[in-house]
Amino acid sequence: MNAVITEQTMNNAERVFDLRQTTIRELNQALHDVPETAGASHWRVLHAAGHHALACGINTPAVVTIEGHVGYYCAGMNKHATVTIQGNAATGLAENMMSGRVHLQGNASQSAGATGRGGLLVIEGNASARCGISLKGLDIVVKGSVGHMTGFMAQRGRIVICGDAAGALGDSIYEAQIFLKGSCVDLGADCIEKEMRAEHLQALAELLETAGINEDARKFHRYGSARKLYHFNIDHADQY
Amino acid sequence: MCGIVGLYLKNPRLNGQLGALFEPMLIEMTQRGPDSTGFAIYRDPVPVGSVKLVLQHAGLAYDWPRLVAGFIDHFRVDVDFKRLHTHCVLVLPATETAVRNYLTTAAPEVAIVSMGRHIEIFKEVGLPQEVATAFALEQAAGSHAIGHTRMATESAVTTAGSHPFSTGSDLCLVHNGSLSNHNRLRRLLSRHGARFQTENDTEVAAKYFDWQMQQGLNLEQALYAALKDLDGFYTFAIGTSDGFAVLRDPIACKPAVLAETDDWVAMSSEYRALASLPGVENAVVWEPEPATVYVWEQQGGTARMRTAAPLRKAS
Repeated sequence: MNAVITEQTMNNAERVFDLRQTTIRELNQALHDVPETAGASHWRVLHAAGHHALACGINTPAVVTIEGHVGYYCAGMNKHATVTIQGNAATGLAENMMSGRVHLQGNASQSAGATGRGGLLVIEGNASARCGISLKGLDIVVKGSVGHMTGFMAQRGRIVICGDAAGALGDSIYEAQIFLKGSCVDLGADCIEKEMRAEHLQALAELLETAGINEDARKFHRYGSARKLYHFNIDHADQY
Repeated sequence: MCGIVGLYLKNPRLNGQLGALFEPMLIEMTQRGPDSTGFAIYRDPVPVGSVKLVLQHAGLAYDWPRLVAGFIDHFRVDVDFKRLHTHCVLVLPATETAVRNYLTTAAPEVAIVSMGRHIEIFKEVGLPQEVATAFALEQAAGSHAIGHTRMATESAVTTAGSHPFSTGSDLCLVHNGSLSNHNRLRRLLSRHGARFQTENDTEVAAKYFDWQMQQGLNLEQALYAALKDLDGFYTFAIGTSDGFAVLRDPIACKPAVLAETDDWVAMSSEYRALASLPGVENAVVWEPEPATVYVWEQQGGTARMRTAAPLRKAS
């Protein structure tokens, strides 16, 4: 269904995909057919209706707006693109995203931003369990609260939570950083509160501004790894 | 994997459309469970002192009138019956126990699919569309319905291993997940007199709830007790005569989404199964918390939700 897409046509018009009339595969293929040199292209997806794998694997600075609630793995593996979802998202929003920006206006289900390597994921609502699990460099900013085991085994990147956190926050965390404004039920294994130094305040303030979230960085607490799980401790031998 | 759907109508004016609203929800979950399909419809309550039972026999030529004649002979009562595909709905003035005892000896070849005053369960191997059509789901009226599309993991793909599982008294259970201690629990429950028809883990959970409620717990208490006694992954939806309940395990790996408007409450494994409901664009949509019991039931003629405070940590 795609004519040859030139830089010029892509820059000018917003392409509209109504998922009651086209398939998810047609949408994703059209997004993948954009030449990497094309610059910004504009897309609008209507009637998402909870469908899975919308706008996955984009590799250009496309600007995509999705109307409605989305299913699993929306904007997964995103590179360069800006994807805005005007609704809620199911499991694995922006999983393994590499760069670019994913902006969710509603709530996210479990494992939002899982294994993300780079870019920015902004969630205006709440995120449920295991947000940022195995994070590898992505920044996640959640305006609401997060579910249990957020930041589980997160290795790199930052998770900012403007609301509260459920249990086992940062369980088995490596070198990712967690900034929490509200309260947390309890911290996971090897996760501790750390001093909020000037450089952290500045970096957090910049991140909040980039995310478009109006919060005072000084109200946040910083959490990270105690680094006690990194090495075998002979005193724990009898626990194995 | 498996898919779960539930629809509870708060506005009785919609009761005539229950099946028409519910069928697309079930069919949307085909990818999550193409092995077998089942659903419970709560409709046409029979008078106190009567029982409505749904029986199943694989043979399409099964002689249901002969079985009904046996009932009439034995119980000396009138029996209404209606055949639907491989199932037959019977209504007679009798107790559940008397009917169960009679069937054990008089017609052991027939499976009891459901028993109660409101509930009717239909389930078969096959895709949701096939099963829904075979049992005329689209035409069904009623107050609420719970359904399941199964991707088998723990036991064989058979009609008996399909969900919902019912233990009588209008209660039924559908399950997405797998229980890891079902063999031990089955032995325990067997010692307390439970009889099992399958090797299925969900049947164990259904019998577990039945047993706990026989011990005097109400549904909500039985669900909280399950958090301690059932080991494994689960999202449960439980139907009762006048409501339904939802419970997820403390880890909450198995998905669930709830949506509510003034007219209905719906739950599903995924939002896409709710997307066809009228007014869903203005519904309150949320994900149920782990280890938290959600119950809707009729209270003074209106549907109310009761949710206990979330238990954040597994005990």
